[in-house]
Amino acid sequence: MSNKSFSSWMKSGSPWVWLNAGAVSISLVMVVGLLLLIAVRGLSHFWPSDLMAVTYSEPGKEVITLVGEAIDSEVVTAKQLSRVGVELPQDQASAQRLLIKVGNRDYFGLDFRWINQPWMGEITYPQDLLSIERREWGHFYGYLSSVKQQGEMVVSGKDAYAELQLRLKRSNKLVNEIKSLAKNEIGKINHGLEEIRLEKRKLELKGVTSSSLQFAELKESEKLLNESYKDLQQKLAGLYTALNRDQMIVVMSDGREVEIPLAKVVQAHQPNAMSVVEKSAVYLHELWKFVSGDPREANTEGGVFPAIFGTVMMVMIMAVLVTPFGVIAAVYLKEYATQGPVIRLIRIAVNNLAGVPSIVYGVFGLGFFVYFLGGNIDELFFQASLPSPTFGTPGLMWASLTLAILTVPVVIVATEEGLSRIPRAIREGSLALGATKAETLWRTVLPMAAPAMMTGLILAVARAAGEVAPLMMVGVVKLAPALAVDNIAPYLHLDRQFMHLGFHIYDVGFQSPNVEAARPLVYATALLLIVIIIVLNLAAIGIRNRLRENYKASES
Amino acid sequence: MEAVKQQAAPAARAINIESIHRGDKVSLADETTCLELKDFNLFYGDKQALHGINMTIPKNRVTAFIGPSGCGKSTLLRCFNRMNDLIDSVRVEGGILLDGDNLNAPSVNVADLRRQVGMVFQKPNPFPKSIYENVAYGLRLQGVNDRLTLDKVVEKSLKGAALWDEVKDRLHESAMGLSGGQQQRLVIARAIAIEPEVLLLDEPASALDPLSTLKIEELIYELKDKYTIVIVTHNMQQAARVSDYTAFMYMGELIEFGATDELFTNPAKKQTEDYITGRYG
Repeated sequence: MSNKSFSSWMKSGSPWVWLNAGAVSISLVMVVGLLLLIAVRGLSHFWPSDLMAVTYSEPGKEVITLVGEAIDSEVVTAKQLSRVGVELPQDQASAQRLLIKVGNRDYFGLDFRWINQPWMGEITYPQDLLSIERREWGHFYGYLSSVKQQGEMVVSGKDAYAELQLRLKRSNKLVNEIKSLAKNEIGKINHGLEEIRLEKRKLELKGVTSSSLQFAELKESEKLLNESYKDLQQKLAGLYTALNRDQMIVVMSDGREVEIPLAKVVQAHQPNAMSVVEKSAVYLHELWKFVSGDPREANTEGGVFPAIFGTVMMVMIMAVLVTPFGVIAAVYLKEYATQGPVIRLIRIAVNNLAGVPSIVYGVFGLGFFVYFLGGNIDELFFQASLPSPTFGTPGLMWASLTLAILTVPVVIVATEEGLSRIPRAIREGSLALGATKAETLWRTVLPMAAPAMMTGLILAVARAAGEVAPLMMVGVVKLAPALAVDNIAPYLHLDRQFMHLGFHIYDVGFQSPNVEAARPLVYATALLLIVIIIVLNLAAIGIRNRLRENYKASES
Repeated sequence: MEAVKQQAAPAARAINIESIHRGDKVSLADETTCLELKDFNLFYGDKQALHGINMTIPKNRVTAFIGPSGCGKSTLLRCFNRMNDLIDSVRVEGGILLDGDNLNAPSVNVADLRRQVGMVFQKPNPFPKSIYENVAYGLRLQGVNDRLTLDKVVEKSLKGAALWDEVKDRLHESAMGLSGGQQQRLVIARAIAIEPEVLLLDEPASALDPLSTLKIEELIYELKDKYTIVIVTHNMQQAARVSDYTAFMYMGELIEFGATDELFTNPAKKQTEDYITGRYG
């Protein structure tokens, strides 16, 4: 290329076009790559992969058989191996090693095990290998030997698997019954007893003597509740007896026979014997359980529904709080305040608020909302339940408020932008018809600025849904005992602590005792969080576009 | 059309008054006064924009303000419904009387005043609502929400603004879908829906095509039976066509005010003559 044509190429502006296009492409590749990585890692976790069986004999140690799921493989050098006391044959500089999830944590001590290729025997995939998901202690892998009822053998051999599935269905149904009984009916009674306790305390605070009529009434209803509690207790005991009827005998890879009560089993499969269609059905079921189930085993197993619920709930309450806040502030700043140095200063301050580290908001929320506001609310309205706090403790309401403060600058800025885009002619038209300034704002200007407010809200939601650090101080917990919405009046419990997907990722990924088992869940949870943020945003964008439709012509 | 007429007008003595359709000969002395200005001054900060204006605007007549750009005619118009209140730096002196009452008096409710004195702006400014809601806007402000009343008023106003036939089948569609001329007539309908006494028109046809301009002019002619109309225009032919009285303003002063025929055929002041013959402005 000659010098001249190069300089004319530079002048033509195409280098800049290339540069910009390149930057956009790189960003896109990064975003798509990240999403793909998360999606693949997260979603593959739920696939019922084949179970392998392999014999393994390190020199100088006895031959063992291992059964489990191949998770990972990597190449290690002889040096690395010798450092952990394993010597490769002289001529080998490196070896493949395989990570197997062997399960049976309560018997083997560890779920996972690295084995080195040179000493592995042939890998087989026995059709009758059983993968059992237990309520405690993680997975169990083994060969089904027989099914028992109250210690008596019912079926053994080939037909045992079919019988097992039938009995599992029954036991799972019983487990659900027990759960709903404990949650709903017993929960209600506990709530009633707590109410009575608070009533009593209130009366005591008022100085009513314990021999008075009111106390007697309370005692009467307490007695009734206690009686119905006893009835339920009996019912529950009956259910438990029924649940504990069945057991299964499973043979582990080392030949030991283990009895597992069906009450402890969530489900059992023989993945090696399943077709792709059957596996897909199991996969979808697993996925659904993840999205809709409660967490178990310190969050490393089970579902994340409470976290999804908490996240969405918090974001929605935040949106409801932040919109009026931000819009009113913006309307005052733009329409009513005398524009001058003070307002300019306030505007700069508002813009800068968006840049304050979120943890600072968390500390503020804890100090101001939880301790100060919450503490005073407790003093004024919940005297009876003191010293245990009601609102003076981190909770959903304070978390939403803290995030509302965190995101209010975005809404203010967006609304102000929207207000300044309303043509003067429209305002004058309204004023000329005898509208006051407030009427003009309410009937014409604000509806026209609604799309801009929604834009602000979209940005606020996006920011709030992804925020974790401040929440750790003002309401998020590792495991919330109850959802913020239930069937006990007043149905929405803003004082309760809640779970959050962002915090769940942190907790499962970095605070769990079983990191290897939790890793795929971290990916899956991250994917879910992204999906929820996208859905929330799309909903807001949809509303905005509908609003915009109405005002399209006037904006052009 | 406008352009054609302008071409047809000879450069010297401008307008052929005989060709214009109008009523009987008029004289200010016989008219009932609607608006009256007494030594009216207006300042933008330190700068004086209107200088000692004295005039009376007659009832149920069309009065036109003409003059070069920046002469203060729009500013004066906006004083009649106190639209200038929106500008912080504006200060006024002297009186404007509407039916004998000073409309700048502190006891006057601006919103009430603006209901009495309606205004139509240079660029059509319908609200981004349906045609129906645009016309009903003023009534809803007054708390009228009765469907039947609103229906009646909307129909009457749209008929009054000569728009009914064009929009009667799509009253509930967005007003933004109308053409510029239709929008301007809609804005007039919106203004007359609350039955003001005075209708201020601030260059109502300057953003419209010739055909729409003609329709607006015909409408102005019809409306003067019921309303006192004050119109600001750049277009002298338009002033000559539609108005009964014309005021010529220059540099914030009222130079000449009189019957339109008189002012255009026999201007008393040299400045007026220079302007209408096209020597400056």
